Parts: sequence; structure tokens; C-alpha cells
Amino acid sequence: MTLVVPPDQIRFGTGLVPGRPALTAETMLSELAGPDRMAAAFPQDSFDTRMAFARDYSRLTRARRDSDADEEAFRAIRRQLNDDLTMQLATTLSRGVADPSGLRERLTWFWADHFTTVGQRRLMRGGITAHVEETIRPHVAGRFGDMLEAAILHPVMVLYLDQERSYGPNSITGQRRGADLNENLARELLELHTVGPDGGYTQADVREMAKLLTGLGIGDDGLAFRPNNAEPGPEVVMGRSYGGADPAHLSEIRAALQDIALRPETARHICRKLVDHFVSETPDPDLLAAMQAAWRVTDGDLHAVMTALMTHPAAQVPGQGRVKQPLHLIASTLRALDIPAEGLARAPARRLRRFVERPLAAMGAPWQGATGPDGYFDDDAEWIQPQVLAARIGWCMTTPVALRRRLPDPRAFLRDALSDTAPPALERAAARAESRAEGIGLILASPAFQRS
Amino acid sequence: MPRLTRRDLLLRATAIGCSAAASPLVTPVAFASAPTENRLVVILLRGAMDGLDLVQPYGDPGLAAARPGYAIGPGDGARDLDGFYALHPALSGLWPLWQAGQLGFAHAVSTPYRNQRSHFDGQDLLEAGTQAGTAGLSHADGWLNRLVQTLPGARRETALAVGAEEALILRGAAPSVAWSPASRLALSPATADLLSMVYHDDPLFREAFEDAEFYSGLLHGDFGADDTGEDGMMAMAESLRDGGRTVSPGSLAEFAAERLRADARIASFSIGGWDTHRGQDHRMARALNHLAEAITELHAGLGAEWDRTMVLAMTEFGRTVRINGSGGTDHGTGSAVVMAGGALRGGQVFGDWPGLGEGDLFDGRDLMPTRDVRAYAAWAMAGLFGNDRAMLERHIFPGLDLGADPRILL
Repeated sequence: MTLVVPPDQIRFGTGLVPGRPALTAETMLSELAGPDRMAAAFPQDSFDTRMAFARDYSRLTRARRDSDADEEAFRAIRRQLNDDLTMQLATTLSRGVADPSGLRERLTWFWADHFTTVGQRRLMRGGITAHVEETIRPHVAGRFGDMLEAAILHPVMVLYLDQERSYGPNSITGQRRGADLNENLARELLELHTVGPDGGYTQADVREMAKLLTGLGIGDDGLAFRPNNAEPGPEVVMGRSYGGADPAHLSEIRAALQDIALRPETARHICRKLVDHFVSETPDPDLLAAMQAAWRVTDGDLHAVMTALMTHPAAQVPGQGRVKQPLHLIASTLRALDIPAEGLARAPARRLRRFVERPLAAMGAPWQGATGPDGYFDDDAEWIQPQVLAARIGWCMTTPVALRRRLPDPRAFLRDALSDTAPPALERAAARAESRAEGIGLILASPAFQRS
Repeated sequence: MPRLTRRDLLLRATAIGCSAAASPLVTPVAFASAPTENRLVVILLRGAMDGLDLVQPYGDPGLAAARPGYAIGPGDGARDLDGFYALHPALSGLWPLWQAGQLGFAHAVSTPYRNQRSHFDGQDLLEAGTQAGTAGLSHADGWLNRLVQTLPGARRETALAVGAEEALILRGAAPSVAWSPASRLALSPATADLLSMVYHDDPLFREAFEDAEFYSGLLHGDFGADDTGEDGMMAMAESLRDGGRTVSPGSLAEFAAERLRADARIASFSIGGWDTHRGQDHRMARALNHLAEAITELHAGLGAEWDRTMVLAMTEFGRTVRINGSGGTDHGTGSAVVMAGGALRGGQVFGDWPGLGEGDLFDGRDLMPTRDVRAYAAWAMAGLFGNDRAMLERHIFPGLDLGADPRILL
């Protein structure tokens, strides 16, 4: 069997759309450098809006504790929150469906997972999408250091990784209350967000990093810096000295994050992760070297790094690549079926839960529900465990017929979805299916479509 | 196709009219021998169960003092266990098991988790089985997985996570199976054949599909029936709509028991509904009904294998001793562990009672833990699977002090 290379728009974007020519890597990259049209066409709530909502939510939660009469108001706002979360998902999905190539959406999903936040506390519910929208998305084609700085220095991240509960033992507050460090954010910053688990840091570096981050907190209007909580510096992290101003200042943390972003260990960790996600679980050394070189030359410009990745011959691996994550699978299915994104944004929350939100959970990727700061387990074998494969097959077999009044002929759909890359066995199977729904389902459930 | 797949075996089993679960033909690896004949079931009680309401230390005057007006002890319908403790009335259905010495409890236990009282971190620690300090736990593997790593001859089918949510407790290097009875793969035979053809050259998809057909077929017996076409589509759509969430604990237990009677030896599933901040009286009764239903199903489903089985139901932490203003309790520390099974030396409440006086409480508000809950799990494993002290204290439960043998097994 000869294996062909899938179109760039399948491997790096959100898939093909019937009647529209597939974009090349070069075109996709030049669109990525241009304005973010999808953010304007499908807006998300701002973080300020979510802060105000979270305040109302807390107020009603307290009121309900004191009096049964406020139960109804609490239920209403809880319903509103659930609907808002579903709409945030619908908006995220709409962009993946509507964008010409889907590259910016794939990158946003990748980086949202890299900087995963989860949880039920205060701002976390309802605020995660705004964290992604305001700190990650603007930088997916910009400098990694800027993304790192924005994503870490945000109330959602500070709250999620307990940074507001971390006090320098020798700070004014630490001395007065005997309070101590919380290393959570410092550890994840090194292990997950920057240099990686094999980045060569020690427990002492984690501790120094934790001291450097003290002072970060959350105020009424968002991120706050409290010098009284900050450990007197300077701190030495992986051989470099940061901070030390008296009083301590937020700008010292900014400078440290920018510096760590440029470390070669960070470049290596992130480039490996990008190749793993977009191309192959066994990365090609030349490809990695080209990406790391681009990182070095451009001080971590992610557009340059993605250009090095997408235009490298080793990225053109023949045959099917990584298994699509569930949101990617759903977006690419809706594209192949030519279902307009505008309809998604208008759909009632009940329908979105049924066809998108619950199936995502059944496929092992509950919306904003990763188990920890390391995000989803991005491993082909995990995504295709028997139980979640059953959910994928079930969705592929039953959803198209529920979303489109008349399904296309499976033989034509095969070209829409896969261009001319469908393996012959799939072509034969699709032609022999018992019904249109089953033919479409077979194509969507096939490795050729499930992988990118 | 010339290959004999699991589905072919299943089809044959259904065709000759024998129950899929009972037929030795259809177990995935009917020819290999299982690593052990003993069974361990771990039920995670998510949401922080109030051990003081489950097994009520009514003999301690501190309980009634902290919970005025709340139903406590035999005078309010609880079953007297030993003159000091009484069993919540919602577990009355398990009374015959208690009398047979196949139900028991250990009181005033907890994980090493202290002072933070977050469900998520607490559950992560309970499943990771490590020392306190929650940073990085989400990358951790689970203690049941580390147990499976020590079982000679363990295969993928040996360990089973039942339910839709990801089971950290079984995550790790040893392979395991995850399946929810709500998952449904109901394809017509023709479509299933076409999918087999499409998956043939992709080993990852091919093997997962065979397994999915096997487990789904065990539960639903769809294959070989004539009406899987449209009805099958409906069934799959429904199972997706549920997102696997509406499966009753009884069904989870029933499926676990079925697999444990075949080639699973370790199984885990979760029961929620324990976060009783308000209206604890009826919420606790509902959650306990679910627990009773699960244990009853395990007992019934395991048949003769019940005698070689130990069930442990554990929670992430307990609840406050005092009842709050909404007739509920808030996040606390010490709780109780529920034990059941024919392998248990039950009919007793284990553990050292710390008392409920002002100075006895943890942080002035919670039941003081007098033993690490992991010690009970560890002694159960020592008895069931022969794990030695070093293995238990260093590998399976790093940092645990195993302590004296509470002699919970027969």
C-alpha cells in the first residue's frame, strides 16, 4: 500500500471544506501573520465581564446560605454559568469550523492545553476561556516570552496554582504570620511551561523560583502585587540571578519569565512538544534542530518556529499522523459536512450539550476538564482506548444524520473529507455501506479521518 | 476474513444461546491462567463522606452535643453495632453481611492530606496514594496501578476501571482496561464488518475496536441480533447523550462483578453525592443507598468468588463534627473506611477512637485521624496478594508507616 502525505490543511489546520481548495502551509502561515478575523467574528466574554459575574455568583452563594428564599436566584445564576460555559465552547468550536485553514485555532488549543487551568473555585469557572483569549491567543504567532508572561501573570493562573497563598518566609507577612512558600506554580512553571522535566533544574531551583514569584496575588480588579508578601531577593534559578530590588517589584518577575523563555532548554522542550502534537510521537532530529535554531535566531518567535516546522520536509510524513483530539475531530467533521459555523453560535445550549459537550466528555476530553495542569494526556493510545473509541464511533455514526437533513453520497463525501488521500480499503467500505449515515460514519470513524 | 476475532467468538457464543458472560469461550484470554484468585475492589466515595454519620459513635456524648436535633444512634433508627457505634439506617440492607462477618469498618482514618480541604486535591492524593504535598500529583500514577505492577502474570484484563471518568488510581505503567457500562457500540453486523476492514491496517484502532466490541457485547449482547440497525443507532446516541454519567452505582458494581468473576482481579469505581453541606439527613441517606446497592450487587454478582474478595470504600477526607446552619456539615479531616467481602474478618469496627471532646478534635473542628487509611488498604493487599512490608511502604504507598497488623482478613 502506498502512503500519501495528507494536505497541510489536514495536518496543521482543522480539515478540508467541500468546494474550497486546500491551503498550502505557506498560505496558512501568511494568514496566521495577519489579523485575527475569527476573534472578531466570534467574540468571547472579556475577563472583566467574568470577574463581575464571579462576584455576583459569590454574593448569591452566600445569600443562599443565610436564607432559603435566595435559592431561586442562586439556581438562576448557576444555570446562567452553565449556559455561558457551553456558549464559550460553541464559540471556540465555531472559529475552528469557520477559519479558512484552522491553523490559528489548532495553535490556540495547543497552547491553552500547555497552560492548562482547571477547577471549580471562584474565577476558575467561566474565566478560563478569557484567560486563553486574552493571554494566549494574541501570542500564538508572536513571541513565546510574551505569551509566558501574560499567561502566568494572570489571576486565573495565580489562583489555580495557589500562588496567592505563597509567602516569602522572610517577607513582612511571612515573619508576622509564620507563613511559608507554596511551590505549586514555581514547579509547574519549570516542569510544564518552560524548561521541561529534563530541563536540568533541582528542587533548590524550584524553591528559588517560588521565592521569586512571591508577592503575586489577586485583588478586586485582577492581578495584584503585594511587596509585603515578597521574599527579599535576589534569587538564583538555574544559575541566573533575578530580582533583588527593595521593595520587590512585579517587573522583576516579568524580566525573569522573559529570560527563562529564551533558555535553550525551554526551546527544546516546547519544540519537541509541538512536533509531537502536530506531526509524530517520534520526532525527527533534523526537524527539531531547525525549529530550535529558529527559536534561537528570533528570540522565541513562534511564527518563525511554526514556519520551520510546517515547511520542513520531515513534517511531510507520509500516511496518517497523530490521532485528532476530540474537539479537533468534531470541528473537522462539521467542516467536512459543510455545516455553517454561524448556526452553532445560534444553537440552543441544550443541543450543544447533546451533540458537542457531552460527547467531548465521553471521548475523554471534557471541556476545560483536564485532570491537572499538565492538560490532557496527549497520547494516541489514550485517545483510542476501547471506551473512548466507542464514543468516537458512536458520535461519527449518529451525529451527522442529526445535524444535516440530507447527507451527501458517501463516495462524494470521501473526496470532501480526505481529498485524494483515502486508502483503497476505506473507499471500498464506504461504497458498500448499508446507508448514507453508516457510509459517512465509516469514513469519519476511519483512521484516515481520525488521524491528521 | 480468516482471522478469528473476539467478536467471532462472541457471535458464536450468542448463536448457541449461552450467556456471554458465563461462557468460557468469550473471555478474551481464556487459555492463560489468572495471576491470582483473590480479588480487590476499591470504591472511591467522592465528595468527602461523613464517617460520623455512617458509623455513628453514639456512645461518645460529644456527638450528640455537636449535632443537636440530628438523628443519632439506635434511638433514632440506627442499628447498634457494639454498644458504642451504630450503623446509619440507610445501610440496614447490609445487616446480614455484618452478621455474617462480611461487613466491617475502620474509624478515624484519613489520607495524609491536611488543612487544605479541596475535594480535587484530596481525591488526587487518595488515588495517588502518596504523602501529602499536592503539587505535581496530576502527573502521578495511582496506587492500584502500582499494585498491579507487583502481581506476577498480570495482564491488561487483570485491572479494570469502571465508569466514564478517568481513573487516576489505575493510571500508570501497568496496563488496565477502562470501560463504562453506559458505553455502547451497537453496530449492525455488516457495519461492524466494514469497520473491521477499515481498521485492519491500523493496529491501534484494530485492537481497541475488538476490545470495545467485546466489552459492549458482554453487556448488551447486541451482536447476532437482527435489529441492531436503527435501534443500535438510537442506543449509541443515547449513551453519548448520557456522557456515561447516569449509570447507577448498582450497574457499575454489576459490571465489575461480572468481570471479576472472569479474568479481572482488581476493579475500581466511584460513587458521588457525599458533599453534604446542606440537608445532610436525606442526602446522606441517598448516597448510602447507592453504596448499599453497589455492595449488594458485588455480593450477588461475585457468587462463589465473594469468599476471595475484599471491598474497600474510601473517601478523600471527612466532615466537620459540628452540624452547620443548613443542617449539613463542612469539609473536615478524619472519616471512616467501609470494608466488605468474604475475605474480611468483619462484624467489627476497627481503629482507635480519638474522642470528640474539645481538645480531641483536629484543628478544633474535625475528627482526629488516628490511622492512615492507606494502612488498611496495605494490610488488605498483604493478605490478598502477599505484598511484603518493604514493597507496601516504599513502592505502593511511599512514606506509609504500615504499623501493627489490624488483622482485617480471615
